[in-house]
Amino acid sequence: MTELTRKRPEFRNINALRDLPTYRLPAAGWVSILHRVSGALMFVLLPFIIWLLDASLTSEYSFAAFTAAFGVGIGFVPGWFVKLVVLALIWAYLHHFIAGVRHLYMDATHSVSKEFGKSSAVVTLVLSLALTALLGAKLFGLY
Amino acid sequence: MSVNYGSKRTVVGASYGFRDWLSQRITAGLMAVFTIVLLAQVLLISGPIGYEQWAGIFASQWMKFITFAVIVALTWHVWVGVRDIWMDYVKPVAVRLLLQVLTIVWLVGCAGWAVQVLWRL
Repeated sequence: MTELTRKRPEFRNINALRDLPTYRLPAAGWVSILHRVSGALMFVLLPFIIWLLDASLTSEYSFAAFTAAFGVGIGFVPGWFVKLVVLALIWAYLHHFIAGVRHLYMDATHSVSKEFGKSSAVVTLVLSLALTALLGAKLFGLY
Repeated sequence: MSVNYGSKRTVVGASYGFRDWLSQRITAGLMAVFTIVLLAQVLLISGPIGYEQWAGIFASQWMKFITFAVIVALTWHVWVGVRDIWMDYVKPVAVRLLLQVLTIVWLVGCAGWAVQVLWRL
């Protein structure tokens, strides 16, 4: 019981405002924190996602409102802002998906070498950003 | 040296986490498969996708069946993930409990709405 009851040392030497902006994370660290950020973003925007599903599925009439959301907007929110939010959601989904598959692959194959951690993290970041750019260009009507 | 076992056990709001770890991965796998199934159906549609084509995907009973399972899986998955965030960053037990309760309310409400959308079709 001594191990459990002994007071654990606390390290409080990181100041969020002073140290975090200059902290140089490795690629795997970026994937990790962005996995959390993208998950939190989708959690917060869940009602908006379900609204999109609702509007797109319920009727021809609501489908028109769904389409219009990307053009004239929703209420006082302009269409370009709706597109930006959807673009953020596209990135969040892609990053969360690819980083999640990376997690599952590592768990299943015990691929825990330093090299694989770095290379797979770089692949995750590049792939998610490239696909976001591709779908974002489509969303904003660039092709 | 304070006692932190028995009735004085430290409240951490969690068990040892294996069940959460495993369920998060299983629900993730289910959602990944669903993503591919949905994407395949969207890509198989030839020509522009209007209301008929899009709603048609969710009209079949088997699609409703797996979509419902995915809504449940998503809710469970998000619960594990968001609770992890609260446990990492929010230390006061009362605030953490409040946030966890609000998270459950948020998720149950959203899940109900999503299920309603599905079965109204």
